[in-house]
Amino acid sequence: MSAPIPDPSVPAIDVQDLHKYFGENQVLRGIDFHVDAGSVVCVIGPSGSGKSTLLRCVNRLEEPTSGKIFVEGVEVTDPDVNLDELRSRIGMVFQSFNLFPHLTVLNNLTIAQQKVKKRSKDEAVEVARRTLEKVGLAHREDAYPAHLSGGQQQRIAIARALSMSPDLMLFDEPTSALDPELVGDVLDVMRNLASEGMTMMVVTHEMGFAREVGDNLVFMDGGVIVEEGDPAEVLGNPQHERTQSFLSKVL
Amino acid sequence: MSRRQRAQAGRLVQYAILAVAVVVIALVADWTTLRTQFFNSQILPSLFPELITTALKNTILYTACAFAFGLALGLVLALMRLSSIGPYRWISTTFVEFFRGVPALIVFIGFYYGLPVAFPGRVLPGGTLGVVTVALGLVGAAYMAETIRAGIQAVPKGQMEAARSLGMTHSRAMISIVVPQAFRIILPPLTNELILLTKDSSLVYVVGLGLADSELTDFGRRNLSQYVNLTPLFAAALCYLLITVPLSIVVRRMEARSEKAR
Ligand SMILES: Nc1ncnc2c1ncn2[C@@H]1O[C@H](COP(=O)(O)OP(=O)(O)OP(=O)(O)O)[C@@H](O)[C@H]1O
Ligand SMILES: [Mg+2]
Repeated sequence: MSAPIPDPSVPAIDVQDLHKYFGENQVLRGIDFHVDAGSVVCVIGPSGSGKSTLLRCVNRLEEPTSGKIFVEGVEVTDPDVNLDELRSRIGMVFQSFNLFPHLTVLNNLTIAQQKVKKRSKDEAVEVARRTLEKVGLAHREDAYPAHLSGGQQQRIAIARALSMSPDLMLFDEPTSALDPELVGDVLDVMRNLASEGMTMMVVTHEMGFAREVGDNLVFMDGGVIVEEGDPAEVLGNPQHERTQSFLSKVL
Repeated sequence: MSRRQRAQAGRLVQYAILAVAVVVIALVADWTTLRTQFFNSQILPSLFPELITTALKNTILYTACAFAFGLALGLVLALMRLSSIGPYRWISTTFVEFFRGVPALIVFIGFYYGLPVAFPGRVLPGGTLGVVTVALGLVGAAYMAETIRAGIQAVPKGQMEAARSLGMTHSRAMISIVVPQAFRIILPPLTNELILLTKDSSLVYVVGLGLADSELTDFGRRNLSQYVNLTPLFAAALCYLLITVPLSIVVRRMEARSEKAR
């Protein structure tokens, strides 16, 4: 499957002055940020800083309180937007995999293709097999998720998102729930995806991945973007005191 | 006495009490009368084949129809209860509270005598079967709605989120992803509900049954008065156990299995 051809003139994700409250609790305090088509942006920051909330606002799994978000030029925050169609073009990978446990691996990959993309069964299966091949799990298509290791489940979850032929992918700490020895396989899949030109926004604690694969690195704390820039720069020579103290704890 | 000896003595006493009770009952009971009253070998053969071909068949038929209707309605009520639209929630809550709070017998009577008054000239289609299906189904639906709602809420939130993130609508995600998982979770309590409905199908006697519509309890009572003997009732009771005991074994198996899966 060839990755979508990025149109560099329109940012894949464009977030403008985004605010988000959970009740009284202000979680995002004015986020401005964009992801260029075909680039990989990694988001890091301490727990509770609002990374997941930001990511989940992009496909409106969370409802922004104010501000605007555009995906490929389409306003996600427009109340009249066709959210389901939009979401079908935005792949999402969760920390806890969230595979459908009552369906086989193959059906996990075909169900949304058929029900949302209205692909024929044959076509859906063909696409599913091709994506399974890509994540190295073609031989497990008849298995149920419960019979797979965490690393395999997460690769299936990535394949499930990919089989919708998305234009961009969101990852929320995809390796945080995995045993250390299983992290590598998942990162390999993501690395390949990036090298094919997929647009990716990745919340992660894997600084090595961010440095090597990321085109841009965003450090968040307390609901704001404290610092962003070239990953090697930010990681190697952080300008802000908060970034320095965070990195000194995790590196 | 050591602790162990004391525990042993205690157990011995318990066995002794049991033995005495059994002996006393055996001596006091009038075995000949008991056999002729409850297990009369002259009467028993004459109950066949109607006991099976009419009574047991009707009990199963009534229960199955009421269960199917109740399950479908229960699912609708559960989804209404979880709806974001207020009136749907209120209607569902009111329905559930009403039919759970009122004796099933009253529902039957209400349906049989109340409907013709409320809708003169109209009858529920399907005769006796129609009445049982609806009356018993409504009661079953009220209980099953709560079970199904709990099952839906027990499905992890991430499932709905994953489905929505793939572009599925809320209803599509419910139908294809959440509800199938909910039913797996609630299979044991639903089977228990089926057992309850099997027994409650006996309440249909209040609508007055023709011979062909007779189910187990009615059949037992009819023959009880005909033979002035309890054997028919005892036979009917055994038929109920024939249905309910295997079901409750199935439930226990399922519960043990899901215990292990955890
Ligand atoms: N659904 C919710 N309801 C109420 N508060 C929430 C909800 N989701 C998140 N929060 C709060 O918002 C804040 C930011 O949460 P978020 O999950 O975005 O942080 P995070 O940066 O992803 O942290 P972590 O690294 O632990 O995943 C936290 O204080 C959290 O308690
Ligand atoms: Mg998070």
